[in-house]
Amino acid sequence: MEGRFQMLENYLMIRMPEEIDHHQAASLSKDADRYILGEQVKHIVFDFEDTRFMDSSGVGVVVGRYKKIACFGGRVYAVHANRQIMRIIQVSGLKKILHIIDEEAEDE
Amino acid sequence: MNNEIKLIFDAISENEAFARVAVAAFMTPVNPTLEEIADVKTAVSEAVTNAIVHGYGDGPGKVTMYCALRDKRLHIEIMDTGRGIEDVEQAMEPLFTTGPGPERSGMGFSFMEAFMDELRVESKPGRGTRVVMEKTIAELPCACGED
Repeated sequence: MEGRFQMLENYLMIRMPEEIDHHQAASLSKDADRYILGEQVKHIVFDFEDTRFMDSSGVGVVVGRYKKIACFGGRVYAVHANRQIMRIIQVSGLKKILHIIDEEAEDE
Repeated sequence: MNNEIKLIFDAISENEAFARVAVAAFMTPVNPTLEEIADVKTAVSEAVTNAIVHGYGDGPGKVTMYCALRDKRLHIEIMDTGRGIEDVEQAMEPLFTTGPGPERSGMGFSFMEAFMDELRVESKPGRGTRVVMEKTIAELPCACGED
């Protein structure tokens, strides 16, 4: 888990795992919440650079973390989302809360 | 191409990835696009997760995955003999979830519906659930090796 989380000022950067399913999601959320409670986290950046697969459990991870910071004006961002991740973000409606930083998946 | 497989595995979360990889391998002979593979993997992942989390409540049990190919038509069934669903129609509504906890997004059936051509859910309380999904793999205009 070392290196997965990094604080940049009040941004928590999360390097998302290669596969985000129900099996991975529980420990990922738990570890992220330790940072959210322990550090001065205002916003969260989900980095999908390594991620090759994500299902609705990954949506739960993002929404769950968003709920924890939204009441203090926090925002959630996604970087390096590939086509598959972008489809999940679109179909799930995550786009309403998740700010996409570089949409490399959308260059068709 | 006609083929079928049946896999029976323990209802543990490690097997979610196993089921995805198995279905991806099973469908490769009909030359699916990367997107089609991703769609089917997502749908299978959702159905297997449902069986583990809701069917067996993270307790012991077996999940059966049956896959068949008839030409370009992919047919998948995910079955459990767990607690079943009282109201299938309600369970299939977007964002409906019985938990556990706030981490379930309630989008499993919506994803299966979005990523497959057809979705049918049969369930009997106390008996188990069968999820039937179908998808036609499109003809690829590529110069794939002819035998």
